Amino acid sequence: MKASPSTATTGGLSRRTFLQSTALGGLMLGLQLPLAGRVRAAAEFAPNAFVRIAPDDTVTLIIKHFEMGQGSTTGLVTLLAEELDADIERVAIEYAPANAQLYGNALLGGAQGTGGSSAMADSWTKMRRAGATARAMLVQAAAQRWRVPAAEIAVSRGVVSAGNRRATFGELAAAAAEVPVPETVSLKAPGDFIYIGRESTRRVDSRAKSTGTATFTIDVRLPELLTAVIAWPPAFGATLKSYKADKALQVKGVVDVVEIPEGVAVVAEGMWPAIKGRRALELDWDTARAGPASSEALYAEYEALADQPGQAVVASDDTAPRLAKAARKVTATYHFPYLAHAAMEPMNCVAWLHDGRLETWSGHQFPSIDHPSAARAAGLETSQVTLHTLVSGGSFGRRANPWADFTVAAVQVAKALKDKHGWERPVRMQMTREDDTRAGQYRPLYVHKAEIGLDANGALSAWRHAIVGQSIMAGAGMLRDGQVDESSVEGVEPTPYSIPAHSVALHSPAQPVRPLWWRSVGHTHTAFAVETLMDELAEAAGKDPVAFRLALLDGDPRMAGVLKRVAEEGNWGRELPEGRAQGIAVHYSFRSYVAQLVEVSLRADGLPRVHKVHCAVDCGVAINPDQVAAQMEGGIGFALAGALYGEIDIEQGEAKQSNFHDYRVLRIDEMPEVAVHIVDSRLDPTGVGEPGVPPLAPAVANAMYRLSGKRVRRLPFAAA
Amino acid sequence: MPELKINGEVHAVDVDADTPLLWILRDELGLTGTKYGCGIAQCGACTVHLDGQAIRSCSMPAQALENRDILTIEGLDSRVARAVQEAWIRLDVVQCGYCQSGQIMSAVALLESNPAPSDDEIDSAMSGNICRCATYQRIRAAIHAAADTLAA
Ligand code: FES
Ligand code: FES
Repeated sequence: MKASPSTATTGGLSRRTFLQSTALGGLMLGLQLPLAGRVRAAAEFAPNAFVRIAPDDTVTLIIKHFEMGQGSTTGLVTLLAEELDADIERVAIEYAPANAQLYGNALLGGAQGTGGSSAMADSWTKMRRAGATARAMLVQAAAQRWRVPAAEIAVSRGVVSAGNRRATFGELAAAAAEVPVPETVSLKAPGDFIYIGRESTRRVDSRAKSTGTATFTIDVRLPELLTAVIAWPPAFGATLKSYKADKALQVKGVVDVVEIPEGVAVVAEGMWPAIKGRRALELDWDTARAGPASSEALYAEYEALADQPGQAVVASDDTAPRLAKAARKVTATYHFPYLAHAAMEPMNCVAWLHDGRLETWSGHQFPSIDHPSAARAAGLETSQVTLHTLVSGGSFGRRANPWADFTVAAVQVAKALKDKHGWERPVRMQMTREDDTRAGQYRPLYVHKAEIGLDANGALSAWRHAIVGQSIMAGAGMLRDGQVDESSVEGVEPTPYSIPAHSVALHSPAQPVRPLWWRSVGHTHTAFAVETLMDELAEAAGKDPVAFRLALLDGDPRMAGVLKRVAEEGNWGRELPEGRAQGIAVHYSFRSYVAQLVEVSLRADGLPRVHKVHCAVDCGVAINPDQVAAQMEGGIGFALAGALYGEIDIEQGEAKQSNFHDYRVLRIDEMPEVAVHIVDSRLDPTGVGEPGVPPLAPAVANAMYRLSGKRVRRLPFAAA
Repeated sequence: MPELKINGEVHAVDVDADTPLLWILRDELGLTGTKYGCGIAQCGACTVHLDGQAIRSCSMPAQALENRDILTIEGLDSRVARAVQEAWIRLDVVQCGYCQSGQIMSAVALLESNPAPSDDEIDSAMSGNICRCATYQRIRAAIHAAADTLAA
């Protein structure tokens, strides 16, 4: 058997240990710390739930966040190694088991999960304290051993020293384990950082991922592993009437066909027979209740809804009278399509029911959901279920899943096989690209309508805005009755711009398509509307787009700061060759500020070619500046893909797109040159995984207007 | 039973003749560095070398492969391959990493035939390889860096 090193399959409980609570400074005594894979050696030192130091000098960091490429693993290692003064090259990692008490995310209400670009913000103090606590105990152990004051002891790259005495972390581990956990520790001053904020601190996973040795869910190997490919409903809301499996069962390598609540699973010895078996299934679906009728019908319906009162997100009595008196008005209606995440690794999960227990292996982005969901599907208690969290080939929100769809389906297949045959064989449920693209859980389709007034001096006087589209939070069962889904309106309201009279209404119709957060969530559409409107308003007011925005950002120096910085770096207003234009946009999301300035020309087919992007970002302390840059580059490419081509078109409840030939994403020849400018800051770190996305599409649309004279009101550009 | 020469070793595999090389590598031989992304020759995640050419293993049935040389990421060890992989690591190209075996196989094939490609040549050789994390800027830079190493 070969599984990833972090996912050995036997459980073991450690000796009693001290745990530092996640709250500042408090201590929780006597909790059992479960270790993935083995009983900890007696001489090992584990001052808290995040770090273990072995006699052989190995420092192991328990990674409380899910790695989908965003680099949070590297970020956590950086924070720990900094305060521990470990040799960062020698920090091993292990992904945390499901345990929200130990590994919960304060920015997600204490749930264990990764999302909302919150990993570094949540970890900034927690991980450094974990490192500093361990360091203090190692120093104390050395002080006692050498009978010198702790203040005379230095620590550098995993070695503790005083005068000519030295000891490695491993040599002190056993003694440090006997030292009481200090109640307070001091953290380094930023000037003393050796890893944080340094370009020389590199990703921890580049070698594995550049040699094909990283273990993704699709790579998990277990004895007797089966592969399941599922015949999913062909349309949203369709249900299975009947099926015949005879022909599928004749395919060499198919071992069985079982029904699960959502569809029919073909179970085989490998992926190819499973795919062939599924092709041979005879399926009869009831599509009477399938919907929605079409994307175009939804646009029409939503446009009509936008004129109705709706839920008041913010309402000013002054909006209507001021609009009535406005010297000039800008009105606009926007259409935003359904979007699939199209993560590179199609959704999958391995489930193994054996010996009264369940183990799963997957990109478990949200253990607090996946763990109980897996247990429920198996008919077990969570205490009988072990989640092994693996790195995943992207997510972009898809794996933070309220329904835990890929986990549950895998467990259901394993359970059906066990119930039917008594088998205890592990099963990998693997979606094909087509399954993944057509599975729903999309960024919802939205319509925006805006009416904005300028006074005689060209100053903004009132802004009315209506947004119509499915509520992601309601879909996830996370919204109270009557509560506004902030993720539908964030970026329109609240907004960093000073708007004298502001009224925003929301309509959240339900649809049979599951809605889901898609990298930068509401900002994917709100930034587009607001930032293209800002350009229109500036034009109507006869002002420069940057100056117009700055006048409205008086109270927000960080927004103004990134906008000015990008205008400067990108040489806003510079002379460009014929056929090229600049465009600019700025947006606040996930507590970070990002401005982008693009240079664009139009291709023969009318679509934009983006040559260059300047991106200024203020995300507080840049823990790994090169990774901040990487997330901006990636966010820009991801946003550009969506803006150019991203569209799931629905007809009779069916997604018309299925694979990369008709759900196009960005290719290398379409990638602009990106220059990232990071604002120097000592403020606490904020998000970087998502904030690079929102400003790109409006900046490009603003440049397109300068070239074509046409305002873009519909995404993707290819559909406009 | 087709016999396949993979990374210099001959393997007899018991599969239907229409089985794509991708699934033989992954499910029969445990060579999981080569990834599945689309199954229809659109994404390049499954790229391997066939007689030195970068090809999409998801769309290459077993029956077409007898007596041909197949090289996967696990078998890379040429001077060009080492330069490419070291450049990838030095520049931290990867994000999720899922596409990167395919990217590297395409990049190695490119540099083996063209030791100093221009940006346009890189774009055209690499445009069959999707990176959903959009690491493209670093892919270009790493190919140039590897070319520099090889020229030195
Ligand atoms: S899996 Fe072969 S090209 Fe996508
Ligand atoms: S690194 Fe994620 S798809 Fe390329």
